[in-house]
Amino acid sequence: MRRARTRLVLALNAALAAATSVAAEDELEVLPVQGNVYMIAGAGGNTTVQIGPEAVVVVDTKTAAVADRLIAAIRKLSSKPIRHIIVTSADPDHTGGNERVSSAGTYVRLLDTFDPRGANKNASIIAHVKVLERMSGPSGTKAPTPAGAWPSDTYFTNDWALFVNDEAIELVHIPAAHTDGDTMAFFRRSDVISTGDIFTTTGYPRFDPEHGGSVTGILDGLNRILEIAIPGENQTGGTAIVPGHGRISDETEVANYRDMVTIVRDRVAALIGAGKTLEQVQAARPSSDYDGIYAGLGGPAPDEFVAAIYRDLKEAKR
Amino acid sequence: MWSQRFHEELPERGAGPEIGDYAGLPVNDAARLRADSWDAAKWTIPERQCEPHPADYAPRGPANLRIGSTVDPISQDVVSWDVTVMWSLTHRAIYMDSRPHPSQYAQHSWQGFSTGEWDGDMLKVTTTHLKEAWVRRNGLPRSDRATVVEYWIRNEDYLTLVTIVIDPVYLTEPLVRTSDWVLDPGVQLSPFSCIPAIEIERPRGAVPHHLPGMNTFLTEYATRHGLPQSAARGGAATMYPDYVPELRREIEALR
Repeated sequence: MRRARTRLVLALNAALAAATSVAAEDELEVLPVQGNVYMIAGAGGNTTVQIGPEAVVVVDTKTAAVADRLIAAIRKLSSKPIRHIIVTSADPDHTGGNERVSSAGTYVRLLDTFDPRGANKNASIIAHVKVLERMSGPSGTKAPTPAGAWPSDTYFTNDWALFVNDEAIELVHIPAAHTDGDTMAFFRRSDVISTGDIFTTTGYPRFDPEHGGSVTGILDGLNRILEIAIPGENQTGGTAIVPGHGRISDETEVANYRDMVTIVRDRVAALIGAGKTLEQVQAARPSSDYDGIYAGLGGPAPDEFVAAIYRDLKEAKR
Repeated sequence: MWSQRFHEELPERGAGPEIGDYAGLPVNDAARLRADSWDAAKWTIPERQCEPHPADYAPRGPANLRIGSTVDPISQDVVSWDVTVMWSLTHRAIYMDSRPHPSQYAQHSWQGFSTGEWDGDMLKVTTTHLKEAWVRRNGLPRSDRATVVEYWIRNEDYLTLVTIVIDPVYLTEPLVRTSDWVLDPGVQLSPFSCIPAIEIERPRGAVPHHLPGMNTFLTEYATRHGLPQSAARGGAATMYPDYVPELRREIEALR
């Protein structure tokens, strides 16, 4: 009987593999999200694209290696000029294509009109000011990224807003989450939130003090998404979520992720409270019931995730 | 229209399962830890209040059915069998036109994406792209990586559904269950509308759960029914007849 069941599993898995279209990781795939918004998946972080009668707005530009293919994919969605690029963090897999995509677009500012050096007609690159600081580096040092990739329009408050294609776009800054420069973009008419790496479906969250991140900030960001998102009747449909990596999601999937991070954090906190060392906490495997879902997909390994929480909580107690 | 019959596993499906009852299910340690941590207060959180049952559990709940079809207007071929379940009025389309399942980047849903094919007189349905949900309403999870295979079998006025859940994350073997209906042209599906509300003031981001080793309710089920705690923990071995003599020995040892 058990052998028969094993055969059944193998046969069903083979059938599933044949039935499911799995795109290669480096291939770009365009998926409609809802309203005016599309997601371009594959090869780096997800790119969100808003189209309409005026222009194209892009959230994140993947890696430099696929910038031309990203532009070609955007061009299949709209022939309107790329006017704004919104950057969710300074990560190279979200900003690598900034320079190429920006130069493929156009945006004339009032300032440019009066600039005797001539207008910079590239698309604007919008980000929290911390992203500019990380991409340009400290004064007097060699910049880690080319100047053409840097944000041209920055904000330093907790939010900012644009109105493009008859749609309000709210930019929400979450301090110290995945990094210290995270921005989420909320397309209000389309009812889509592009979250950057505060939320992914492909692994545990990545946060570290070197980039200004923290588990508290990750949870703050996830709870902020849940406050913005509104589900449809019977918890079906409603606000759509474009994660930093992975599949199109909704409120329930963000709640699942928020619950996981909260529960693992609480378990680590309890073990710290019991006087356990990092090695003892890791040996207790406080994320073991979630590892089958979130481990091995390119994000932090379970021990790495647990260590990051441990470090944050110990630091907070000081 | 089909009227549900509840005779199989009634206690679990009616009032609901007891906390800590994992018996007879092929769950692994990860599933046990999820369920041990589960707190029924979860359902008071606004994001959880209106969750419908997923495709693989909906037939277990209050589940009178309406089954219709969408037909190609030219060829008259069945494009999809359309199933509506009473609880939460969930709708499923079972596509019969050989369309591929969506990509890995497509959204998952409560009902997933289903394709069907005839296997003799049985309709075989394969479902992917399911949201994470449950195999038992006491916190035993079913992951979003699961595949569900179903066989819809009609014998005159009786309909039997065989549901096979294959979950590489939380199950060590396929979970096979059956549900039954009787043809009933007069049955009606009640309206079902749920909108969440704040029921309890809680700190922002509060998630009800039990820390490992702190859930004092877990032993109640086995104690109440005179079972060894090991039987309540479930696992594939507890599904098979071979387990009965061992269970008898353990019960005798308890006396």
